[in-house]
Amino acid sequence: MATDRRPLRLVGKAHRKVDAAAKVTGATKFADDLALPRMLYARLLRSPHPHARLGRIDTAPARALPGVQAVLTGQDLPIPFGILPVSQDEHALALDTARFVGDPVAAVAAVSEDIATAALDLIAVDYQPLRAVTDAVDAVRHPEPQIHPYADSGNLHKLIDLEFGDVEAGFAAADVVREDLMFFEGSTHLPMEQHAALADWSPDGKLTLWTSTQTPHYVHRALAQVLELAPAQIRVIATPNGGGFGGKSDPFSHELVVAKLAMVTGRPVKITLTREEVFYCHRGRHPTLMWVKTGVKQDGTLTGMHFKSLLDGGAYGSYGVASTYYTGALQTVTYHLPRYRFQGARAFTNKPPCGPKRGHGTPQPRFALEVQLDKLAEQLGRDPAELRLQQLVPPHSLTANWLKIGTMGLGPCIAKVVAGSGWKAKFRKLPYGQGVGLACSSYITGAGLPVYWNAMPHSGVQLKCDRGGGVTVFCGSTEIGQGSDSILAVLVAEVLGLEVRDIAVVTGDTDLTPVDLGSYSSRVTLMSGNAAIQAAERVRDIIALHAARHLGIPLERVAFADRRVYDGERPEQGLPFAEAVRLAEAVHGTLGTVGSYTPAPAAGKYRGAGVGPSPAYSYSAAVAEVAVDPATGVVQVPRIWIAHDVGRSINAAAVMGQIEGSVYMGLGEALMEEMAYRSNRNVVHKIPSLLEYKSPTTLEMCDVITYVVEDPDPNGPFGAKECGQGPLLPVMPAVANAVYDAVGVRIDEVPITPEKVFKALRRKAKGEEPRYGPTSFPDIPWPAPTRVPPPWDGGDGTAIAPAAGTARGRRSAARPDVVPGRP
Amino acid sequence: MATAKAHIAFELNGESVEVAFAPHKTLLEVLREDLGLTGTKHGCELGECGTCTVLLDGTPVLSCLVLGLACAAHQVKTVEGMAPGGTLHPLQAAFADFGAAQCGYCTPAFLLTAEALLATNPRPTRDEIKQALAGNLCRCTGYIKIYEAVELAAARLRGEAATPRVEALYGH
Repeated sequence: MATDRRPLRLVGKAHRKVDAAAKVTGATKFADDLALPRMLYARLLRSPHPHARLGRIDTAPARALPGVQAVLTGQDLPIPFGILPVSQDEHALALDTARFVGDPVAAVAAVSEDIATAALDLIAVDYQPLRAVTDAVDAVRHPEPQIHPYADSGNLHKLIDLEFGDVEAGFAAADVVREDLMFFEGSTHLPMEQHAALADWSPDGKLTLWTSTQTPHYVHRALAQVLELAPAQIRVIATPNGGGFGGKSDPFSHELVVAKLAMVTGRPVKITLTREEVFYCHRGRHPTLMWVKTGVKQDGTLTGMHFKSLLDGGAYGSYGVASTYYTGALQTVTYHLPRYRFQGARAFTNKPPCGPKRGHGTPQPRFALEVQLDKLAEQLGRDPAELRLQQLVPPHSLTANWLKIGTMGLGPCIAKVVAGSGWKAKFRKLPYGQGVGLACSSYITGAGLPVYWNAMPHSGVQLKCDRGGGVTVFCGSTEIGQGSDSILAVLVAEVLGLEVRDIAVVTGDTDLTPVDLGSYSSRVTLMSGNAAIQAAERVRDIIALHAARHLGIPLERVAFADRRVYDGERPEQGLPFAEAVRLAEAVHGTLGTVGSYTPAPAAGKYRGAGVGPSPAYSYSAAVAEVAVDPATGVVQVPRIWIAHDVGRSINAAAVMGQIEGSVYMGLGEALMEEMAYRSNRNVVHKIPSLLEYKSPTTLEMCDVITYVVEDPDPNGPFGAKECGQGPLLPVMPAVANAVYDAVGVRIDEVPITPEKVFKALRRKAKGEEPRYGPTSFPDIPWPAPTRVPPPWDGGDGTAIAPAAGTARGRRSAARPDVVPGRP
Repeated sequence: MATAKAHIAFELNGESVEVAFAPHKTLLEVLREDLGLTGTKHGCELGECGTCTVLLDGTPVLSCLVLGLACAAHQVKTVEGMAPGGTLHPLQAAFADFGAAQCGYCTPAFLLTAEALLATNPRPTRDEIKQALAGNLCRCTGYIKIYEAVELAAARLRGEAATPRVEALYGH
């Protein structure tokens, strides 16, 4: 997007982040670090039942407790909300039904946290328990009682069937056809900072909410909707997130509740969730059962794939419709698939809601795909790296499901990790108990469509120049630790020839900053970055005009670097940037510009085509080395080699940190992380604590050897693509493939715990199938498929009209159904 | 809830302080709520994550498990005491250079734990660093930039003219 005339001064170097000093001195103010005079403390009463009708709620004794200022129940906040327009199924406090253990039912504000907590015990709720749905297969078997009446079928929230070409013909043309069943357990984000929010209500009718959110714009909308306030009366300030990973992307009960409590009491109200409550907020990885059938010719060419997923969505919609589409969207963007069919179902269950966790819906199918490819390579007697290299999706092409690929650096990524790891000398050659495994992946750099359908920019930037030579960037983007504030500063400094420290960054404040949709889907660097570049180029052009006149040179010779504006042909002729600003301001008036970014329209025009398109796709390849103890099944991962195609690195240190952090989180999912419930004990969470929910410590974390592949993408700022999510995806299948290389058993699910490895080894010893994993996929009432010819079969990305009276669901609009709609 | 406040004096970041607080309060709560030092964070308040680590008489402790009363007449150091005179401690500077603080929430605890390590072991091996930091959880970094930062700071504290490894900042 940005034109690149001169060597880059700042882009690509390792920069201290603009907030680094504040973070290492403890000066950064997170949400719970804030306090206001006369502040009250809020606590939520949560349901002890997984599924229950609510009868009478007696709040009188709680209200009578000295120090209690207000008590709310569902009737006080009756308007539903939800992140997606198609699933407005949440209430700030349960209105008539509690749907999981931990579902908020009532709220208290008191002068101290201790009093608020004590008051919760005084609220009497008459629960009438209903049958609880424990998991996705249980939801298929038990359509009644329905958790939500708007579900597509029974307790199946969403059903999808998309077919791109004749997959059965593809299988018929194959020499080898494999079917595999895989399961990916749910996991949670586990940010070190618990969610917190502080609300302040001013007597002039203005609400301010400071909150640890990745999506202040969506929280702004939800507050306006639920509180029935004009958006202009509401200011949402996203505090720096102490980790997000997708877990702070929904509008939450506690945010709406403290806002209402502040309005009711006329005093500031703060809430900080306990660690246990963070597990109930969840919105993490959907547990996903998968069935995948793939055809391949003897020479390794893929002929077609049929993929089914069944997601355990938990009690509410959250981003789940999008998550479900994502389990079928990106199978096509790594290896050329001529024909592809996807059937996806999301179940409602009586557990904390699942949503977007780093990789959003794509790590599960990527695990299945990459493990199955490893099996196919073995069946064909091929090296798994070579089998992949043989059929890479070409750059600047369309996939079977009409995704538009830009630059594609997977080939160099595979080459880097194969060479670096000594793959050829190790694969199938290491002693028993040691192994290596390879896997690849791809991820979107921002979603092509916003969460709610609109034609406006996805990211906006305002920029103002100070007479002293400083520049302030205003953007609605949200700093969650990924370094997005620094990206804005580096890009603007690069364009204007300034230093990073000359740039002040103001972000995530709905009163001060133009809308950016939020820190999710790896969209911020590309979208806010392009908006910032546009704003910076516009102000640069104004300054250049006046500098050219002053210097008496043609406009095209004006250059910006090293805090100077000068004649590019005679660099000694020039003036300081600040002086150029003053010259320009004297003639032009106050110097301020805006920039914005909107992704290009998607190529696909079928219903469901809204999930998957992206301005650019990142690529990753990983080799994992494992040591498996056959006596115990314990898997250790000493090191992982990872190569990531980031397009172009903007802050090199931050890119490394994102890649290593992704590998870390992937390793946790590969080996230990799981959201586990007691199905036979009221569907309570087994382990809602940081001690018992196992995540890698320094002692489990592996060495990481990182390769940054740069293949600049024309859609990215200076060519940049994402790096915060994609590198997580290959880790889990690489570890699974390495375990097979080490001890010859297939663990077709994550986490790969010692128990699973041990059971598979025992089966192998008994001559049974050397495998641990799911054994069946339930019958699901799929809708009639939406048939879309792939680009090479002609057509224009629209679906074939179904024969009259056969198919349900096809709508004439080309929009995906994650946009407007019901209820 | 109406208990009379306790009153103690102790040394905080090299200065004598006096503070009154409800006697059941933890050091974490006293620091954050009664002394306004919010640089010390909390992740669980159950002693599981290490996020609230401070130094008590030079030793890392979980401030969520230490009663405020137990600190009377002792020395406490928090992250606010690491950069006297407005100059970053070598550990803080190295964390900043490597991006070892991503979200920054666990960072104060890692800094103080590492400072205690280097006070007793100025030349730790990477395994010794891992052992020393094993009680502190970080969800952002994968710990690797933290090890790099501790190693760089250790070298600088030993008086060596160390610079960040190029592969750590740019990859192989």
